[in-house]
Amino acid sequence: MSLQSVAIDVLAQADPEVLDPKQGQNEAAASGAGLAYGLAAIGPALGIGYIVGQAIQAMARQPESASQVQTTMFLGIAFTEALALIGFVIAILLKFV
Amino acid sequence: MLALEFPPIENLVEWPAYFGDGEFFAFNKIALISVLAVVIPTVLFLLAKKEMVPRGLQNICESAIEFVENQVIMSAIGPEGLKYLPMLLSMFLFVFFGNIFEVIPTFQMPANARMANPLVLALITWATFIYVGFKHHGIGYLKEVMVPPGVPKALLPVVIPIEFLSTFLLRPFGLAVRLFANLLAGHILLVTFGVLCIAVWRLDAMAILVPFSFATLVALTGFEVMVSFIQAFVFALLTAVYINSSIHTH
Repeated sequence: MSLQSVAIDVLAQADPEVLDPKQGQNEAAASGAGLAYGLAAIGPALGIGYIVGQAIQAMARQPESASQVQTTMFLGIAFTEALALIGFVIAILLKFV
Repeated sequence: MLALEFPPIENLVEWPAYFGDGEFFAFNKIALISVLAVVIPTVLFLLAKKEMVPRGLQNICESAIEFVENQVIMSAIGPEGLKYLPMLLSMFLFVFFGNIFEVIPTFQMPANARMANPLVLALITWATFIYVGFKHHGIGYLKEVMVPPGVPKALLPVVIPIEFLSTFLLRPFGLAVRLFANLLAGHILLVTFGVLCIAVWRLDAMAILVPFSFATLVALTGFEVMVSFIQAFVFALLTAVYINSSIHTH
């Protein structure tokens, strides 16, 4: 216990009496949160895979345009990834709020 | 079964105040990191010598400036965006140094994993691109944004609200949530594997698994360094893209 709380103190400011895992957990909300994030990750996963795949193809065909393709690729990833991140925030809200 | 005692989310992101608890000047770890994220780059840039042939620290500072110049401004706006270099560079450096404290021992908390920092930064971006739009197009900026060319008249009642929402509400929201959620997810990931390492360590039978979970923790720390950099880059890049969309509306 002591080692764990020392390490958690460093990472996360633990309060030993609130470390009870049963406390504040609602099974329905937890499974809903898991489902929400899992579903929210499907679309962006396909989208990011497609974006990066196409970018690699473009860079392989025209290595001299690599830096420009890379910037546009990061832009596309950022827009696509936002959907998955909103899913993650929803999961956090469902689980903890 | 693993005795995995995961701390509640409040313990991961909320920090006690060093002083001024409950007052408006309450100062906790997040505030300290935010101040450091301003002070460190400022001091680095002040210490850099301005010589013809750069050495050491001056190299680092100049490559940071050139990175923002080439990768962010030239690729998103073009030469006319160079006057936004000071703003974009300081935004990039503030976000990056706020993020990188996620992996620095004794801090181990990204300042941008609390909503306040990304929110204020996104509002600065929001105000900037609206200001630039009005400066370049006058009051016609609203029409330029909300009425895309070539849309049939019958569709305008649908298009105008969508364009208004996506430009003036979803842009700052997306910008803030992207940065916030990325860093929060990274912090939770690191805490999860830290807790997992300790839980495995405490079980004698499972001790053989410790190297694996610890190796994953180390690899994820490296991954978070990459995430810190990419998120700072993406934040500056999107700010530049939004400013560009205000200058060249169509």
